[in-house]
Amino acid sequence: MLTAITGLLVFQLAGEVVVTTAGLPVPGPVCGMALLFTALVVRGGVPAHLGALADGLLANLSLLFVPAGVGLLLHLPVIARDGAGVSVGLVVSTAAAIVVTGVAMDRLNRPRRGVR
Amino acid sequence: MTGGFTELWVYLAADPLSHLTLTLVAYLGALRLYERAGRAPWLNPVLIAVAVISLALVALETPYQTYFDGAQFVHFLLGPATVALAVPLYRQVARLRRAAGAIAVSLVAGSATAVVTALGVVHLFGAGEAVLASIAPKSVTAPVAMGIAEQLGGLPSLTAVLVILTGILGAIVGPPLLDAVRVRSAAARGLALGTASHGIGTARAFQDGEIAGAFAGIAMGLNALATAALLPMLWLWWRG
Repeated sequence: MLTAITGLLVFQLAGEVVVTTAGLPVPGPVCGMALLFTALVVRGGVPAHLGALADGLLANLSLLFVPAGVGLLLHLPVIARDGAGVSVGLVVSTAAAIVVTGVAMDRLNRPRRGVR
Repeated sequence: MTGGFTELWVYLAADPLSHLTLTLVAYLGALRLYERAGRAPWLNPVLIAVAVISLALVALETPYQTYFDGAQFVHFLLGPATVALAVPLYRQVARLRRAAGAIAVSLVAGSATAVVTALGVVHLFGAGEAVLASIAPKSVTAPVAMGIAEQLGGLPSLTAVLVILTGILGAIVGPPLLDAVRVRSAAARGLALGTASHGIGTARAFQDGEIAGAFAGIAMGLNALATAALLPMLWLWWRG
């Protein structure tokens, strides 16, 4: 457990260092994810304790967005002026992006005959 | 007696423990409600928990900063959780590799749709250029979206709000919309949620299993890269 937590923090920190020194346009944790992925490929497997911790964290991923979500409260007045356009824009655009991506992937990724 | 209670209240109101506990209790309550209602989409646990906590803070006149002093311990875990996405990606790597071509095409199509429809609708409503630049990257994970918005002349703080609203919205409307257009494969559903609604969509996808979660995670990462690379060019064309 402690080894797994330390492992995640070490890779996150490594990601932050790479992003800062190389000036990459991605967040440090995303770079840390790429580094950990590479390490797992090199190692050829997921250590059991890391797998259990990752599953636990990701099963409760929604919780982790709650504090930032509460921050909306502070900033809602910012969108009040253009509220109507912004609200319609968010709904239309989010719905359109989900349908286009989902339908495209569903059509393009049909299992080939005989495979699987 | 009353004096003692007031003292206790003053202590608790300033203590990080109470706001950390409030966050967990509100989320667990919201999750239980969501499960009990057969996962009704509009009872999304993030939305309910945020609403309950916001009402509590307003009622108790607690500033957000005081709340965040406690809630930051939960917020902090977003970083390690993002790193942990490497684990399902690794486990699903064969499936992801087989679908690489389909992922690339669908992702670029979805990413472009998100940007163009947002710009089009908000422009029709007559919003100014700063609002357009702020909403254009709204489907991308917050830190990247804020960077892009700033680069285009938008307001990063407005973008942060729009990103979170987009995430919650996608987690709510995504699954029923995908049902309506008969998209049933876990890969396609995950990819759609991650592309349109970044981390909050990915969190929703993980509720449906590891395959949907892995495709959502890869979509979130790739859409951040695709939007960072393509949106500035699209923006020049839009204004030109």
